[in-house]
Amino acid sequence: MSDKIYRVDMSNLTYKIEDVPADWMGLGGRGLTSTIIAAEVDPECHPLGPNNKMVFAPGLLSGTTAANSGRNSLGTKSPLTGGIKESNVGGTIAGVMAKLGVKALIIEGIPEDDSTFYHVHVTKEKVLIEAVPELVGKNNYFVLDAMEEKYNKKVAVMTIGRPGEMKMLISNISVRDPKGKLRSHGRGGVGAVMGSKKIKCITVDAQNYKEVTYAQPDKFKEASKVFTKALQDNPISGEGLPAFGTNVLINIINEAGGLPSHNFRSGHSENAEEICGETMAEKIKERGGSTTHGCHAGCVIQCSQTYNDKDGNYLTSGFEYEMIWAFGANFGIKDLDQIAKIDALMDDLGVDAIETGVTFGVAVDAEIIKFGDGVEAYRILAEEIANGTPLGRVIGGGAGNLGKLYGLVRVPVVKNQSIPAYEPRAIKGQGITYVTTPMGADHTAGYAVATNILNSGGFVDPLKKDGQVELSRNLQIASAAVDSTGMCIFVAFPALDDPKCLPALIDMINARFGISLDGDDVTNLGSTILKIEHAFNLKAGLGSADDRVPEFMKYEKLPPHDAIWDFTNEEIDEFWNF
Amino acid sequence: MKDNINITIKLFAQYRDDRFKVEQRVCACGIRAKDIMDDLGISEHKLPLGVLLVNSKHEKEEYELQDGDVISLFPKVGGG
Repeated sequence: MSDKIYRVDMSNLTYKIEDVPADWMGLGGRGLTSTIIAAEVDPECHPLGPNNKMVFAPGLLSGTTAANSGRNSLGTKSPLTGGIKESNVGGTIAGVMAKLGVKALIIEGIPEDDSTFYHVHVTKEKVLIEAVPELVGKNNYFVLDAMEEKYNKKVAVMTIGRPGEMKMLISNISVRDPKGKLRSHGRGGVGAVMGSKKIKCITVDAQNYKEVTYAQPDKFKEASKVFTKALQDNPISGEGLPAFGTNVLINIINEAGGLPSHNFRSGHSENAEEICGETMAEKIKERGGSTTHGCHAGCVIQCSQTYNDKDGNYLTSGFEYEMIWAFGANFGIKDLDQIAKIDALMDDLGVDAIETGVTFGVAVDAEIIKFGDGVEAYRILAEEIANGTPLGRVIGGGAGNLGKLYGLVRVPVVKNQSIPAYEPRAIKGQGITYVTTPMGADHTAGYAVATNILNSGGFVDPLKKDGQVELSRNLQIASAAVDSTGMCIFVAFPALDDPKCLPALIDMINARFGISLDGDDVTNLGSTILKIEHAFNLKAGLGSADDRVPEFMKYEKLPPHDAIWDFTNEEIDEFWNF
Repeated sequence: MKDNINITIKLFAQYRDDRFKVEQRVCACGIRAKDIMDDLGISEHKLPLGVLLVNSKHEKEEYELQDGDVISLFPKVGGG
C-alpha cells in the first residue's frame, strides 16, 4: 500500500489521511518538509499562532536496512528566527513512521479550548487525539515512562517538557531513542510551536507496521553493502567518532583557535584538556560507561555514548561536543561531570544545548551569573526555567532576546539564533554558512569546518576569505539533499573523501523506488530546497541584511589569530547566485 | 646562529596512546615536522595524519620548525 499524508487539525481535533500529491512523491525529509511549509504556511504568520504548521517527515531511505538512515525532519516557521526551520533528529521516529507508511505528519491549527494539552497517537488506520491533563507540567522522561506503560517499549515518542509548554524559545521536541533515552529536534524553538498547538506528545504505533519494500531488492542490498563499508572504512566515521564521540572536536578546534570561549571573546579555551573527548573517553572507560551508542537503529558509526559518574551510576548519554563546548568553553565549567548533570536535566526539560548554553554565556555579561558557575546554572534550569519564573523566561527567550533586554552588544546570534561551537572569524567558511543558511546560525547546514579545519574534502584556509562562499554553497546544497534521504549528517565525511560513498547512496534510493536519479539530480534537489527555503524567508521579511554576523565580530579581534570578520556584503550576497 | 631550537609537541586522540599529551623538546635547527612524526612513529601509525598545526595554523609535513613553535598532531577526526 502506498504512503499517505496524515493531517491533524488541532482547531477541531480531527484528522485526515490523504493521498500523496504527485509533486511530493519523490521527496522525503527536509525536501518534503520545506516544500510543504512553503506551500501551505503564510510566511508572514505568527509562528505561535493558528496559521503555522508542523510537518514531520522521515527521509527517503528511512525504514530501510540502509546504515544510518534513521533521521527524521521537522519543518515549521521558527519563533526564534522568524524564518523557515528544518530540524533533524535520530531516535526511532523516522523508521517507525516510514514503516507505517506515513510520508508526512502535518499538524495544523490551535485548539479552541486551550485549558489542557493533548496526546496525538498515530496508527496505520487512524489518529487518536485525547486530552492528557495528567501529563501537563511533567517533563520528558515522565512522558516517556507513561507512553511505554500505555503502549510498549517500541512505541515512537516525541514530547515537550515544561519549557515547551510555556513556549520558551530554547525549547526542543524530544524524541525517544532505541535505548529509551532522548534525542532532540533542536534549534529554533520548535518545542514552543508544539506547545502553541497544545500538544504534549505525539506517539506512533510501532507494532502494526510492515517492513518497507524495495523495487529492486538485490540492487539495494548490493549498494547498501558498499555504502556501509564506506562508513566503516572512513577514519572519522569508522574510527574517530566511535572512539571519542563528537567531543573529539574540542581539542582540534581549540588548537586551531576557533573554539568560542568566554562568550565569544577568544578562540581558545583554558578548559580544553578538562572537557575534551580524550578526557571524556578515559572517564567513560574508568567508570564502566560506553563510548559507543547509536542514536537510531541501523547506525554503524555509534558516536553517542553512556556517561557515568565516578561511582559508576548513569549520568547522561548523547553527551555531544556542542553541549560540552557551550557549557565548558563558552560558559566556563571545568568539571565534565557538572556539565553531564546539566545535560541530563536539559534532556528532561527539553531545552536546546546550543541556544541555552550560549544564553548562559551572554548571561555572564548581563551579570546574572558568574563565569563557570555550574551549580547556579543547574539551579536556574531546575528552578527558574522549569517553573517559568520571570528570570526563567528571560533566559528561556534565548541569547538574542537576553542581549536586547540587557543592552548588550556582544551577542553571538545570526537571525536571532545562537552561533554554535565554531568561531566564524577564525573558521570563515563556517561563518558563511551561519549567515547564509535560511536556518539562522546552524553548523549542520553546511559544515565547512570539515574542509577549513579537518582536511576532509580538501583544504580551504580557515583564516582567509578565498573560496569560502563556494565551499559553503556546495556543502549547503549537498546537506539539503542528504537531509532529504534520512541519512545522518556524518555520512558527509566518507562522502567527501571516498568516491564510492555517494554513488552507493544514490543507488540505494534508485533501488528502493525503482527510479534512476544521478548525481546531478541530487545536486538539483539540494539547490531547489535551498531556494524554496530562501524564498520563504524573503517573504517572511528576512532579507540580505539578515545574512550578517553580529557587528562586534567586524571590529573585535579574536585571539589567538586576532581574526576579524572581513567579508563585504557583496561577497556574502554572492552566495545566492546559483 | 643557534644550533638548537626549543619546540613543544602536542598529540591528540589515538596518537596519545603509549606516547604523551604534551612534551617539550630541544631539536637541531632545520628539523621538519615530518622528522618529528617519524621519530614518534606517527608516520607509520595505522591512522594516517589528519591535521598538522603549527602555532594554531595548518602546515605541511615538510614545514621546517622554528624556535618556540608548538606543533599539534591529529589523526583524522570529525564530529559536529
